Amino acid sequence: MTRRVPEELTCAEMVRLVTDFLEDALSLEDRTHFEQHLVFCKGCAAYVRQMRKTIEASSALKGEGLSAEAQAELLRLFKGTCK
Amino acid sequence: MDDLRAAAASAEDARILDALRAGDEKAFLALVQSLNGPMLRVASLYVSSRGVAEEVVQEAWVGVLSGLPRFEGRSSLRRWIFGILANCAKSRGVREARSTPFSDMGPRDDEDEPAVDPSRFLPPDHPRWPGHWSAPPTAWAEEQVLNKESLAVVEAAIAQLPMNQREVITLRDVLGWNSAEVCESLGLSEGNQRVLLHRARSKVRGVLEKHFGAGGGR
Ligand SMILES: [Zn+2]
Repeated sequence: MTRRVPEELTCAEMVRLVTDFLEDALSLEDRTHFEQHLVFCKGCAAYVRQMRKTIEASSALKGEGLSAEAQAELLRLFKGTCK
Repeated sequence: MDDLRAAAASAEDARILDALRAGDEKAFLALVQSLNGPMLRVASLYVSSRGVAEEVVQEAWVGVLSGLPRFEGRSSLRRWIFGILANCAKSRGVREARSTPFSDMGPRDDEDEPAVDPSRFLPPDHPRWPGHWSAPPTAWAEEQVLNKESLAVVEAAIAQLPMNQREVITLRDVLGWNSAEVCESLGLSEGNQRVLLHRARSKVRGVLEKHFGAGGGR
């Protein structure tokens, strides 16, 4: 027997639900429990912030573009097809 | 609101299409420059090297240019272009896999590792705090997450993911597509997409945490 109120989420459950929370895929009820847990739990608040930062880092990845030669080649091709 | 956005996008598409069909080189180069970074990233999901990815992107543009007169605008221009690209990249990847017997496209996604090591939580039978953190995560310094070293860690972590997780996190988080676009492009249900995204993000977070914990800053 635990003393946990059934609708209270554990931190382990919070970790499982974090993407559903961030994707706005939780029911209103679950979302409320999630947000209530965040108010009093520093660990989970930090976890959610880390997830948001992780997403931000992914979006900050830069790839190089095509080389100048490849672009010139494409432009030649474009001129060719539009004649 | 989505309708408004779609209408605005298709007006923009129509403008670009008219310019391309009129042979406007500037418009073509602008389109190439805005898309080639993301296109290389998508191509790189399916082929083995940067060089091959460049070839695939070139090949896709050839397909785009030859299909342009027949493009009817039933999907957005961008989606159409990425559809052509994905086809080119996947068939190239298949050919590569045939010629390299032990080619490794990363682990398959059948494992279901926990997002966080279970030992970081108190046991379910803990008298007062079952399932609560025993080793809670600590705040990251804001600026260190986005420095060059951390971004390289994120890039490497994504490269290590199983293929379908890598596809989803690349399209959703790296390229910023919305979930409907990603589901359509990868043929996934919303729920399935979310599961893959959750696993991918959780693993990348875990790698970053290890990186920062191991003196990667602070
Ligand atoms: Zn918690």
